[in-house]
Amino acid sequence: MTSLPWGAMARLTARRALLAVPVLLAVTFGAFALAAASPFDPVKAYAGTAALGADRETLDRLRENLGVDRPFTARWWEWLTSAVGGDLGHSSVMRQPVTEVIGERLVWSVLLCAVAFAVAVLLGTVLGVLAARRPGSPLDRAVTSLSYALEAAPVFWIALLAVWLFALELDVLPAGGLTDTGSEHVTAGQLLSHLVLPAGVLAVSQLPWFTLYVRQGVGDALAEDPVRGARARGLSERTVLLGHALRSGLLPVLTLIGSRVPELITGALLVETVFSWPGIAAATVEAATAVDFPLLAALTTLATAAVLAGNLLADLLYGLTDPRVKLSEM
Amino acid sequence: MTTRGIPRRVRGAAVAAATAGVLAACSAPGGGGTGGGASADSVVIGVSTEPDTLSPLLGYGKDGNSKIFDGLLAREADLELKPALAKALPEVGDGGRTYTYTLRDGVKFSDGEPLTAEDVVFTYRTVLDDKTNNTAKSELDALEEVRADGDDKVVFTLKYPYAGFAARTVLPIVPEHVAGDQDPNTGSFNTEPVGTGPYVLTGWSKGEKLTFKANPDYWGGAPKVKKLTMAIIADDDVRATRLRSGDLDGAVLPPNLAATFEDDDGRKTYRATSYDFRAVTLPTGHPVTGDTAIRRALDLAVDRKAMVDKILDGAGRPAYGPLPLDDDWFAQDVARDRDLDEAGRILDDAGWKPGKDGVRAKDGRRASFTLYYPSGDKVRQDHALAYASDAKKAGIEVKVESGTWEVIEPRMKSDAVLAGFGSTGDPDFGLYTLLHSSLAGDGFNNMARYDNPAVDEALETGRRSQDPADRKAAYDDLQRALVKNPGYTFLTHIDHLYVLADRWDGPTTQTEPHEHGFASGPWWNVEDWQPKK
Repeated sequence: MTSLPWGAMARLTARRALLAVPVLLAVTFGAFALAAASPFDPVKAYAGTAALGADRETLDRLRENLGVDRPFTARWWEWLTSAVGGDLGHSSVMRQPVTEVIGERLVWSVLLCAVAFAVAVLLGTVLGVLAARRPGSPLDRAVTSLSYALEAAPVFWIALLAVWLFALELDVLPAGGLTDTGSEHVTAGQLLSHLVLPAGVLAVSQLPWFTLYVRQGVGDALAEDPVRGARARGLSERTVLLGHALRSGLLPVLTLIGSRVPELITGALLVETVFSWPGIAAATVEAATAVDFPLLAALTTLATAAVLAGNLLADLLYGLTDPRVKLSEM
Repeated sequence: MTTRGIPRRVRGAAVAAATAGVLAACSAPGGGGTGGGASADSVVIGVSTEPDTLSPLLGYGKDGNSKIFDGLLAREADLELKPALAKALPEVGDGGRTYTYTLRDGVKFSDGEPLTAEDVVFTYRTVLDDKTNNTAKSELDALEEVRADGDDKVVFTLKYPYAGFAARTVLPIVPEHVAGDQDPNTGSFNTEPVGTGPYVLTGWSKGEKLTFKANPDYWGGAPKVKKLTMAIIADDDVRATRLRSGDLDGAVLPPNLAATFEDDDGRKTYRATSYDFRAVTLPTGHPVTGDTAIRRALDLAVDRKAMVDKILDGAGRPAYGPLPLDDDWFAQDVARDRDLDEAGRILDDAGWKPGKDGVRAKDGRRASFTLYYPSGDKVRQDHALAYASDAKKAGIEVKVESGTWEVIEPRMKSDAVLAGFGSTGDPDFGLYTLLHSSLAGDGFNNMARYDNPAVDEALETGRRSQDPADRKAAYDDLQRALVKNPGYTFLTHIDHLYVLADRWDGPTTQTEPHEHGFASGPWWNVEDWQPKK
């Protein structure tokens, strides 16, 4: 293979990074506006159950101290200026600096998403190729109908089903958490057994997309001239399938990788909630219901950045694998 | 059910053991946290909520049993006050306006620094500071000033004589040398507390669990239970499942789930009675609910015993007033039976005549009002529906609706609400904020805007008098006045149920307040438990 076009890739990345600035500005502004319009009362969220027994003076004093009555535009500007300076602010609902909240949780979310994504892509590719090899075969029918069924199933429903089956009925895997409740340290073994269900569920929820795309791509490629030519030259079926059909059939899948990232994050949100996985999802839900502006804004920025990065990755891969696409034109 | 349940649990445990064998790396050192043969020096408890903060400056542990901290005073199992960081109960002077505490000798914080009077002063002054986001600051309204007198004496001066003040000093004391340099609202003390208490926090994974280890230098003696884990599991069914699987040693459970553990030999069920009442607020400003005849008729028409039996599965007691039946301050003569005929007579006499549709009316106004309950709260929903059905029998129409607190709060002035409150400690704590007319509609205080001069007077006497007999007489008067004009229909006091592995001697329960998270349950005194031989 020829060496990678580093220069073009860097230029594309830089262009996208510049474009990301207005996008992030707009998204955080939108998050502040939505949070300000939400019916949740930040004072009550802050005080928790204590608010339901508090007197007016206490509630008013908290409102004043938390500064929740200032217009959201002012709070957004304040957040933005200090965030640019590296200070992401203090999460009122977690009673922790935002950087600490994210620092503690991000790694677990990334681990969950990365494992699930890798499993979904690899398994999806394998199943797709197997299904495409003999269209209409029992295997193809089974894989395709299973994919459609899974595509239609909500991820939290799959998650609850998995908890019921593996944790309650079979009792082979833990129902939630990062480690056993009684143990203090996160050991690799425990982490692994606790990761299986959430990552598996998340992977399964993403699997049908990849399976169906690969099946379609490879199926189409098998009917094209290069494959017919390869067969005519007497190449083995294996080389034809993996070397020719899969290679050209994978192109649409690359686009899919980028566009599935937002879906993956949303899915992770639900999966983390069901499995009490201490990732950023639980923090996102709390931040939203508590109208915790700094935390919400940071998490929104993070999610937006992840989506933009996913798109960039897809474009880069596309440019590299498809000679018809020029990086400089994207 | 149970006979089938046990073998499955055993089989499940066998599978779990086999799995643990395969995934050898999975087992935690000592196997802590798994049921049956687990060691008695660690305990894992499932609770439904976690504290927002671990800083007493923002309200953590304000009613005692905070594990990490101690107050000047603490409570026995029967809620009697006993000295903790103070050497003895306070000396009360100046007609009940000064409280002087002498500190216990040789108490150290878990970081090794000694406790001084300045730490106590710092704690109270910070709580009272308007800039501190403490939600319970108003509980110390009576406090004028706190000062240190030498290294081991603290003097509290009150604005007015306040008999309940000693009970407020269970407030945990924080070290000034740690928390003093921080912003109490945002500082790291909220998540990394340092105290004098029997346990030291070792980890807090928000939303998952808190872990503690015993403080070996605890002034009350090192606890025998060396490791304490509080797992946060919001869902009742999941908590029960994890208890059954042995992941948890103990948990708080609703009555129906607690019942499934009743015949379990390895576990004991604890039933804590409580001050936690459910009541219907009857807003004074509403022409129907503000009418004394209507209030009395409702009070007589409700079938409290049926609510306890049907809604609470027997895990509760009828509430004849804000104080529970077994409280020392309860006026025995206010207990009363359901009397529909009398309810009808009262309404007839007051001019509420039966209408065509079965609903009474007076001067063209139908005896009808709306009752809200917070959505999602099954127990309150059941109470509200039972209340409406009982009221209907007396010819009063109650329209039951649900909503979030955001919906309910602006309507509290004119619509009834199925409320729940109840404080331990001193009758003044719960009653003054619930009933005093000066606090009518003040936030969630006196939600019914109840206004009764006789009750106000009794509350003042109870608050200011130092003589227990005078106080008792005042609170008796108050409870009787409440029967004559029941601005709230008190329905039930709810028992709190807990299931705990039977591996220790010493677990008991206190009578608990409405809030029963962390400090309640048989583990309120886990530091005193002894492993069973």
